[in-house]
Amino acid sequence: MQDEPHSPLHHSTAPVVAPGLTFASVTDKISSIVLKRKTPIWWFVGFAISFILFQLMLLTITEMLFVGIGLWGVNIPIAWGMDILNFVWWIGIGHAGTLISAILLLLRQQWRTSINRFAEAMTLFAVAQAGMYPIMHLGRPWLAYWLFPYPNTMGIWPQFRSPLMWDVFAVSTYATVSALFWFVGLIPDFATLRDRARSKPFQILYGMLAMGWRGSARHWHRYEMAYLLLAGLATPLVLSVHTIVSFDFAVGIIPGWHATIFPPYFVAGAIYAGFAMVLLLTIPLRRVFGLQSFITMRHMHNMGKVMLATGLIVGYGYVMEAFFGWYSGNRYERYMIWNRMHGPYAYYYWALILCNIITPQFLWIKKLRSNLLILWLISIVVSIGMWLERFVIVVTSLHRDFLPSSWGQYQPSMWDWTMFIGTLGFFFTLLFLFIRFLPMISIFEMRTILPEAEVEE
Amino acid sequence: MSDDDINNEWEHDLEDPEPFHHAPSGAAHGRGRGAVALYGIMAEFDNPSDLVAAARRTHEAGYRRINGYSPYPIEELDEAIGFTRTSLPLIVLIGGIIGGLGGFFMQYWMEVIDYPLNVGGKPYNSWPAFIPITFESTVLVASFAAVLGMLALNKLPQPYHPVFNAPNFALATRDKFFLVIEANDPKFRHDETTQFMNTLGAMGVNDVEV
Repeated sequence: MQDEPHSPLHHSTAPVVAPGLTFASVTDKISSIVLKRKTPIWWFVGFAISFILFQLMLLTITEMLFVGIGLWGVNIPIAWGMDILNFVWWIGIGHAGTLISAILLLLRQQWRTSINRFAEAMTLFAVAQAGMYPIMHLGRPWLAYWLFPYPNTMGIWPQFRSPLMWDVFAVSTYATVSALFWFVGLIPDFATLRDRARSKPFQILYGMLAMGWRGSARHWHRYEMAYLLLAGLATPLVLSVHTIVSFDFAVGIIPGWHATIFPPYFVAGAIYAGFAMVLLLTIPLRRVFGLQSFITMRHMHNMGKVMLATGLIVGYGYVMEAFFGWYSGNRYERYMIWNRMHGPYAYYYWALILCNIITPQFLWIKKLRSNLLILWLISIVVSIGMWLERFVIVVTSLHRDFLPSSWGQYQPSMWDWTMFIGTLGFFFTLLFLFIRFLPMISIFEMRTILPEAEVEE
Repeated sequence: MSDDDINNEWEHDLEDPEPFHHAPSGAAHGRGRGAVALYGIMAEFDNPSDLVAAARRTHEAGYRRINGYSPYPIEELDEAIGFTRTSLPLIVLIGGIIGGLGGFFMQYWMEVIDYPLNVGGKPYNSWPAFIPITFESTVLVASFAAVLGMLALNKLPQPYHPVFNAPNFALATRDKFFLVIEANDPKFRHDETTQFMNTLGAMGVNDVEV
């Protein structure tokens, strides 16, 4: 017990970085993954599988352009089906990346340093998948540019009172700002790669991306300011995005959607799903690349705890949904809750409760939280649970609303699944390319948290 | 273009001027010596503490056109070279204000003036419904202001810079630290300055050509 004066906040004993690392070893280890190491065989296998699945998406989109969105299982009254629920699922996953990179930066959580680059990449790639769904769901996706206010010969403008327009602006802003944030974070690392690369083409490629970065103190000063300001801007932005996504539902008057709890409940759900995805991806990655000294058990513990906390908020959301349904005294709201629990989609509802409320309770136990296999399995269960949550919200609310004569049933078609699997393929295709060609851990930020970075005066 | 100039003017007013107006004038006027145009003299260090201490001593010795180079941001270094202010927050604030007003009044103009449309009996100026997009456009323009403003003030992209000529400088993005006194510093005299830098405990002191 050398560091005796333990602050009460210091409950996790695992360090943020393993001892013994130096500027040189951190730089060489992370950049060697990109520059020197032979591409492992599993990379080719994984990339090939992802790329094949990605073709399913292209196939589905092509077929959809010929046939129309009747190809999918959607019809009145359930016009939103899997497209919108997958949109919400994907964009929710993205939120953890921004949370890790922006909010944890403002809260001065050093442990974010080794996972923020990867989580931001995950954000970008997830938002790319999310964006595809509403565009395809337009029916005439080739007219998607009508969503933007541009001067046109029809002499009309978009209808800005609609949450669907808010969504367009929120998601496109989110995608743009995430990309900016990610790129700015990469500039100094591009410079490192430029200076480490041996082959001319890569020197030129990374050199162009680094834009002449040379680590000047004046540059760093403005850079740090820009990074901090971007974090400050991204923080309310990420909260606004899922809030606005929830407005798509909450502003509608459908029973089960028209609830004031939706914004915070959606945001918590997004972070919950996002951390599950980060764990799902980092647990295998840190193993195959031997990054245990950068991504330590401390990270796993913390991410497990964030997942537990947000899971509890989501659980509170479910309880309140049921309570509001009952307490409203409104027969349609009451029926909606009854129908969720006992109707034709009751299996989905109870599976969702099992996945999202019961399973994360295991995270209370430190032993289970420290077992990476269990943590990984819980992450899968939570990812499925969050998908089920969106299914329950979208489908059970729409399929039986006010008039029994307009009730209906929804069955996803084969093409719904090929589209979903296809976007998973696209997501992993992008991720495989990312881990091969860009440093998946922020090298310059890792240097700042090393012991030797301390300036002695 | 003119915006950038104004911003750079702003930064010029600060205690330390921008460092990267190249040296030839200074060097050619014979402050450097002779034929080779000199950008400055560079000292190399292998840890941040030595760099910060050296930078502080250099600043105290009266040199002003000095700069440090490091593989990661060092807060103490900014103070040591006397560069602690930037107009970037102001640029971002202006960007945010433009984005916010632009976003709101874009909607106002479209929904109230150019194409008034009665939607569910709501007022044409249903301002609460315009807030989400106003917020998003504020963040969007402010973010672009932050990134483009940072790049513009740093004068990036800049493919060529004299310091890249210095020996070992490729390690500035790995584990080495550098301090430069530029040749256009008023106090710069080649021999004296070299001598001074040799007393800073550096691992090496080299001329950097333009």
